[in-house]
Amino acid sequence: MARRRPVRWHIAVFLAPAVLVYTAVMIYPLFNTLRLSFYSEIGRERVFVGMQNFATLFGDAIWSDQFWNALANNFWFFLIHMAVQNPIGIALAALLSSPRLRFAALYRSAIFVPTILSFVIVGFAWKLILSPIWGIAPGMLEAVGLKFLYAPWLGKEEYALTTLALVSVWQFVGIPMMLIYAALLSIPDEILEAGACDGITGWAAFWKIKLPLILPSIGIISILTFVGNFNAFDLIYAAQGALAGPDFSTDILGTFLYRTFFGFQLQLGDPHMGAAIASAMFAIILIGVCVYLFGIQRRLRTYQF
Amino acid sequence: MTKTMLKGALLTTTLMAASAAAAQDASLIIESWRNDDLSIWQDKIIPAFEAAHPGITVRFTPSAPAEYNAVLNSKLDAGSAGDLITCRPFDASLALYDAGHLADLSDLDGMENFSDVARSGWSTDDGSATYCVPMASVIHGFIYNKEAFEEVGVEVPQTEDEFFAVLDAFKEDGTYIPMAMGTNDQWEAATMGYNNIGPNYWKGEEGRTALIAGEQKLTDEGWVAPFRQLAKWGDYLGDGYEAQTYPDSQNIFTLGRAAIYPAGSWEISGFNAQADFEMGAFPPPVPAAGDTCYISDHTDIGIGMNAATDHPEAARTFLTWVASTEFAEIFANELPGFFPLSNAAVSLADPLAQEFISWREACESTIRSTYQILSRGTPNLENETWNASVAVIKGDETPEEAAQRLQDGLASWYDKQM
Repeated sequence: MARRRPVRWHIAVFLAPAVLVYTAVMIYPLFNTLRLSFYSEIGRERVFVGMQNFATLFGDAIWSDQFWNALANNFWFFLIHMAVQNPIGIALAALLSSPRLRFAALYRSAIFVPTILSFVIVGFAWKLILSPIWGIAPGMLEAVGLKFLYAPWLGKEEYALTTLALVSVWQFVGIPMMLIYAALLSIPDEILEAGACDGITGWAAFWKIKLPLILPSIGIISILTFVGNFNAFDLIYAAQGALAGPDFSTDILGTFLYRTFFGFQLQLGDPHMGAAIASAMFAIILIGVCVYLFGIQRRLRTYQF
Repeated sequence: MTKTMLKGALLTTTLMAASAAAAQDASLIIESWRNDDLSIWQDKIIPAFEAAHPGITVRFTPSAPAEYNAVLNSKLDAGSAGDLITCRPFDASLALYDAGHLADLSDLDGMENFSDVARSGWSTDDGSATYCVPMASVIHGFIYNKEAFEEVGVEVPQTEDEFFAVLDAFKEDGTYIPMAMGTNDQWEAATMGYNNIGPNYWKGEEGRTALIAGEQKLTDEGWVAPFRQLAKWGDYLGDGYEAQTYPDSQNIFTLGRAAIYPAGSWEISGFNAQADFEMGAFPPPVPAAGDTCYISDHTDIGIGMNAATDHPEAARTFLTWVASTEFAEIFANELPGFFPLSNAAVSLADPLAQEFISWREACESTIRSTYQILSRGTPNLENETWNASVAVIKGDETPEEAAQRLQDGLASWYDKQM
């Protein structure tokens, strides 16, 4: 009879701390939130109501209008990040990795600094910059003769969300820049030299050699942006408050959840509807991540070396 | 049954005897969120009470305003809360009373000094029980820059037409922004706009109680008319008012750049410290000369008794004193802008505060229309009113559309409006 393999206790022992902490602070609250969304409070008693909270959320116009509005705003918020933040991040990384650039370290730090600032600081600073009364934005535009372009952006329904998305881009452009910069540095010089021998230099080298090699990083950045944007809350709350004004034009899922879960002013909090919204957010993010993992990341692997 | 009653009676007598003994030497603790007022309580109010009532000592122990409700609830549940509890108006305190944490004070000596409006913030929905002594209210109106009015040569407006004539004069003159208010933070448009001018149109308490009883709708003329007024305001607010915040508006006015500020009386002490010009105040203008005027005299702070206190007699003595004119005088003069709610006439040293409180003589008082009962459901009427007032000022929604939307929202959950 073959000797039984000894039980490898050390694996369990080494895994235990992380698993325990992660379960306590992430997995348990997550499942508890999902569970909470199936309950409701009827006359001071917590009662199981099945899918009723979701039926209200999607079926009752008072709730569903707000939900779809928040979701649409959230997609626009994400779209601006994908269309502005990531291309700029890639362009900055490409510039920074150029060996002829002087003061590269200075630029790199300067562009990255906003990322480590608190949302509250960023929100209030930009609110002041853009303020029609005390802000420097109207004055600066006037100095270059473009005063007619100025509008109280944060107060106009048609611009407020885009403005805040761009403020968020300003804050976080350092992250794609850093990740792409690292990916660009990791491309072996031999490959570029081999390309140069075949006459591929300058722009052609970027498009034909570097870009395909950094695509996995771009994929990771996209998914980080997606998760970050659909969980976003802080900046909108700091700049526009929980009512996400003007007229809910900057309301995203995070602020909608906050208002519902914790209540606001005279509105009392409703943890059960809040949990239903949180579950819907979880589902949306889960679907997005799955599409990425199964649809995109598999194809990207072929480029890895 | 008789046995239990006898037991109860015996128990009550014992308790009363015990508390009468305790009243000789009791120490009371006040829970409050007004940590701004700590020194006023310690240096003025409490010494005045203790001087008149030897044997009772009082301590004022406030916590941070944002945490007050949560801290108080956990203290009450744990049985470690103070003897006297500062009450927020309406549902927050009603919940405490329903949970048995606040004692019924309907029969307290001195309670008769308060009107029904004053008591409404701390009474059960049917008005049968009152559980906190009304302490202070805030009054809405307009604060104006007297120097600007002299410079442009306009008089304080009494009626709606005069009000807009004054605003037009300022707009034409161009030196001052006619009115300092922004819509960025939303609540000013509802609190200092809709609920400030509104009572003149819905006839104060008459309209407010009729709305709660389901006899009037938000689409009735009295409730739409204030929105028609607000729709005209947009032209007179400063450039970029859409992104102007509440502190922006305060600063614009106190720096002397604006002529009129739609206000709540709580601004008085701040404005006195900031502004270096003379200020005056006028009540919301009435639709036509000679109409009865109504003001929003909103109940804001009350004080009640912890039902589990060890010194109920001493606590009631203190509350009766809070209901007296002596307390009203001290409180009103130390905190200009927070007005005592008792019917006793008090005189205030601050001219601006005196101006505000003088309207009580000429006008009928009411409270904000959305605060009692009507903001319990979803959608929340108070929050919806913020949004609708802003939309009307900006011209995104007509007054009728806004009123219809509020009515539909209210009717969706409030059975008396269905």
